[in-house]
Amino acid sequence: MTATLAPAREPGSPSPASSRRLAERVFRIREFGIVAVLIVFVAVTAAIQPRFLNSSNIQFVLVDATIYALLALGETLVVITRNVDLSVGSVLGISAYACAKLANQAHGVPLPLVFLAGLGIGLGFGVINGLMVALGRVPSLVVTLATLYIIRGIDVLVVSGGQVVPSSYYPSFLSLSKATVLGIPDLAIAVAVLVALGWYALRTFRSGRELYAIGSNPDAARLAGIPMGKRVFTAFAISGAIAGVAGVLWASRYGTVDSTAGTSYELQVVAAVVVGGVAIFGGSGSVVGAAIGALLLQTINSALYVLGVSPNWDQAIAGFLLILAIVLDRIISVQLTASLRRRSARRGT
Amino acid sequence: MERDALRNRLRPAQFKPALRWETGLVVVVIAIVIFGNAVSPQFLTSNNFFNLGLTTGEIAIMALPMALIIISGEIDLSVESMLGMSSALLGVLYLHKLPILLIFLIVAVVGALGGLLNGLLVTRVGLPSLAVTIGTLALYRGIALILLGPRTVANFPTTYTNVGIEAIPHTDLPWSIGIFIVLAVIFAIVLHATPFGRSVYAMGDNAEAASFAGIRVKRIKTSLFVISGLASALAGVLWTFRLNTAVQDNGTGLSLDVVAIVLLAGVSIFGGKGSIAGVFLAVLAFAGLQNALLLTNFNQEATGLVTGGLLLVSVFVPNAAMFVRYLRGVVSRSAPRPPEPALSMPRKDT
Amino acid sequence: MSDGEAEVNEAADDGAGGDEGAPVLALEHVSKSFGAVKAVIDGVIELRGGEAHALIGENGAGKSTMVKMLAGVHRPDGGRFLSNGEPVVLDGPAAAIDAGIAIIYQEPTLFPDLSVAENIFMGRQPLRPGRRIDAKAMTSEADAMFARLGVRIDPGRIARGLSIADQQLVEIAKALSLNARVIVMDEPTAALSAVEVARLFDVIRALRADGAAVLFISHRLEEVFEICQTVTVMRDGRHVLTAPITELSAAELVRAMVGREMPERVPGEKREPGEVRLKVERLTREGVFTDVSFEVRAGEIVALSGLVGAGRSEVARAIFGIDRYDAGGVTAGGRKLRKASPTSAMTAGIGFVPEDRRQQGLVMEMSIQQNVALASLNALRRAGIIRASAERRFASDWAVRLSVKYGQLTDPVSMLSGGNQQKVVLAKWLGRQPSILIVDEPTRGIDVATKADVHNLLDRLAAEGIAILMISSELPEVLRLADRILVMREGRLTAEFTQAEASEEDIMAAATGQLEAQAR
Repeated sequence: MTATLAPAREPGSPSPASSRRLAERVFRIREFGIVAVLIVFVAVTAAIQPRFLNSSNIQFVLVDATIYALLALGETLVVITRNVDLSVGSVLGISAYACAKLANQAHGVPLPLVFLAGLGIGLGFGVINGLMVALGRVPSLVVTLATLYIIRGIDVLVVSGGQVVPSSYYPSFLSLSKATVLGIPDLAIAVAVLVALGWYALRTFRSGRELYAIGSNPDAARLAGIPMGKRVFTAFAISGAIAGVAGVLWASRYGTVDSTAGTSYELQVVAAVVVGGVAIFGGSGSVVGAAIGALLLQTINSALYVLGVSPNWDQAIAGFLLILAIVLDRIISVQLTASLRRRSARRGT
Repeated sequence: MERDALRNRLRPAQFKPALRWETGLVVVVIAIVIFGNAVSPQFLTSNNFFNLGLTTGEIAIMALPMALIIISGEIDLSVESMLGMSSALLGVLYLHKLPILLIFLIVAVVGALGGLLNGLLVTRVGLPSLAVTIGTLALYRGIALILLGPRTVANFPTTYTNVGIEAIPHTDLPWSIGIFIVLAVIFAIVLHATPFGRSVYAMGDNAEAASFAGIRVKRIKTSLFVISGLASALAGVLWTFRLNTAVQDNGTGLSLDVVAIVLLAGVSIFGGKGSIAGVFLAVLAFAGLQNALLLTNFNQEATGLVTGGLLLVSVFVPNAAMFVRYLRGVVSRSAPRPPEPALSMPRKDT
Repeated sequence: MSDGEAEVNEAADDGAGGDEGAPVLALEHVSKSFGAVKAVIDGVIELRGGEAHALIGENGAGKSTMVKMLAGVHRPDGGRFLSNGEPVVLDGPAAAIDAGIAIIYQEPTLFPDLSVAENIFMGRQPLRPGRRIDAKAMTSEADAMFARLGVRIDPGRIARGLSIADQQLVEIAKALSLNARVIVMDEPTAALSAVEVARLFDVIRALRADGAAVLFISHRLEEVFEICQTVTVMRDGRHVLTAPITELSAAELVRAMVGREMPERVPGEKREPGEVRLKVERLTREGVFTDVSFEVRAGEIVALSGLVGAGRSEVARAIFGIDRYDAGGVTAGGRKLRKASPTSAMTAGIGFVPEDRRQQGLVMEMSIQQNVALASLNALRRAGIIRASAERRFASDWAVRLSVKYGQLTDPVSMLSGGNQQKVVLAKWLGRQPSILIVDEPTRGIDVATKADVHNLLDRLAAEGIAILMISSELPEVLRLADRILVMREGRLTAEFTQAEASEEDIMAAATGQLEAQAR
């Protein structure tokens, strides 16, 4: 610090280091809090029912969580900008069906091309969402609510009552979601790497920081000359592309694909993002938190199953947890604001 | 001043912009009738109208409180789950052979409580209604699932199931539509002519200014959510009797239909604008279109295509004039720019 | 629109201390309207390198709109910008930044969730190889900016919760970091202490020495005389005069701003205050205001004075029940008010004209009639239904009494000018026949004529026996209207003056803490 300059402030102000620590602590709280919940949950469940930690169960949980975590990665980009993408479930569904068709034994398209197709389909819908939100100046809630419907409608027309069954795939497509390294599914590793890259990019590149700025204060972002339309558009395009890729994974994981694939995933994904500490009104949160949020929700589902709780309880518990998460988030942020306010006020007196 | 007063009487201010929207809706409804008649000779028959009303009644009833909630600047995505929860509760209690009137009372109370929880989380905890009602959308559906599991309850007494499938005596109107019309009149009076309704508009335009004028924003919003819960419970009962089945997934996906109708009605997603007349016309348009598509053997599960399309049209049309001005501005480099993109819902800070 | 070009260029040549030739930035006869409101009719300014140029005028003169045009936020309807003699189009904030214009806004525009350093450098963060943000460089550059300003703010903390003064300092640092050729400061000193103002002036001098052009907007004329070389006066959206500051006296400037001789300070009719109507006891909201106690009597105008951010509006909001308070109490019309309940305050006879007319005072999309009636709906109903005729009569009656200028009562209130909008807010509350009226910045941003109307109205209301609590940042207004003046500083009441003993200097001294410093 520039110690040569006499402090212009009256004494009594907290040293910069202490307020930095406060800010950092709060940033950490969000992700650490949820990791702590996750650990406690796993520990308690495993103590009651050791079967919970056998490798096949872990694999199932991880693969299921991977798909949600991937979707949550894209959703986080959008939510950070104070928008929401409700169409991810439908995009996943239509991409899953198209890619399942492509991965057919008879005229099999190579796996990389299947992925590319999924990516392309998702990107296409993401671009449409992004254009309508950024150029059309229509709230994203309404736009993506509408595309949720429309894409599902197209899906239904395309599928027209048919379905793809696991036996029709070439083997490498199905094994995609089964391969493991040291007991950890390849997919989980790949998605973890993607999430880490996303986390790094959002921290390190100007465009990443600008997403936060847009969500934190749109008016100020405009005054700072940030190309808001472009950034928001990009966030939607990426979210769409990711949902498309998730469709490929979904088809590989579940095998049977019909026109209902991915129905109501959007709510689960938004829940994961919010549980993971991303503020629903933008400006803060991380993709790592969102991914852990997805993992936590899947772990809870699986734990309930292992513990013999009727699956009838899953949804109520998921809903309850979502509400609990946003209530806690609200309480933390209110207290943080109050404590920062008090600190700032005290330094003047 | 005289002329002013006269004009005032003819055209209250809040109707002025809305009137144009509703005129448009009338045109849309007429177009749908012409379209329906063209695709099927059955469309303009009283039998068809009865069917059309039958499948629309519950959605229409839920659209009324939804309109008020969106005008007040909030949203309630949990209505379909409150419908499902009421239906499941009705089924379970019926299995337990409780007197049917007591069942109605319990269902109504639970519906109101469901709405109350939404309202309190939004107004007292200060959470965004979008997030809250996505949460309770899962929670209430989950409760329906807990109550009923995979069971199906059927064989309700015919006295009640008849209400679900028969017309009001001497008319072609199903009971649910009759109830909707009565409720629509009540809602119209409350919204357009009482301090309560005026307050709803004011807080939707500017909640801060409303509370500075002494309007009890929190209390009114909470009551709107409670009303929404009650209406959803009523819709759940009607739904159950119409199909003569209570299952946990009754009404899945309806929330979006309800929101689509309300936005099609000209209610602004940002709050502060809209009318019950618009909701009435939007219900007609929505039901007519669904029905016409049904008659053309359009894949029924794909009607979301139409709902979604309507939703997009209803948000893009009001912006169209501004958008055209903007495009012209790009050419001439002189016109004012439209406001920056509206990002999601307005933020609430406290 | 640009016929006056030659004349303007000529006039520019005798600008003080600037480079030879064209000004760095010039606005030529720009105009801007918002609906029916003509915010700027004829704006002319020439900024030269190495010169601090003051832009002064009353509230509503069009200064802020000029700033927003410079920022690229609003595009002028007419006229043009010249940059070094070349016409430029500022079609967005990015274009303004590219043109080398930095703005310090009156109201800070920070990202609450991001760190202070990021707030300063958003969109222009220092990079290291791979186009990655260099966080270390960013922090040290931010530290350097604050060192230049002589303040200590931790660049690593998030902006949420910064005091208004600190937020303003971050804004200033942000503008400095742009290394702009033109720096626009829109009332940068409003929330700063004397020490910080002195530092800022050092910085401005350094900027001038570096050849930057500074546009300085302030209400405090002594600051203008201290730091600026040239002054431009605007009135009612028009350019009035531009001259070297040395050629003008403060009285001449004021005359140019107001457009007439300032009326002598008439102490009004002597009013005899009646019984205590409003009693505030030890009111405290942690971190906002502390231990505030005062009384307002019937027929008395009490002014709450102080700097922006001193907690005045917050006290008013707490009294009316918009915000909660942590300790203390409010008694109005003999009854104790419930916490955080505007309804309780209204029942006790309080009316509240809030500070931000557009955001708090009016529902802009509603009609004039509906806004006037909004606080009196319960009185206008029969059997639960609002009687349209009664509402109309009520609204037109009050509109006439306050001489609101309007087309139709059913027009959206947003179509009215600022002054008439303010009258609508006043009508809304007077319609309730209040016994206590709280007015927060009652004349902010309204034209001179309407301002006089509002002043006369407040005088009359006090004479009728209403207790008035007025918050105002305009000292002449405070001195003209108030029977007693309370001064707040950093959340506490620091001084009280009667009208007879008050002077601008004393009030400023108490508001900025100089009074205590002297006493020590």
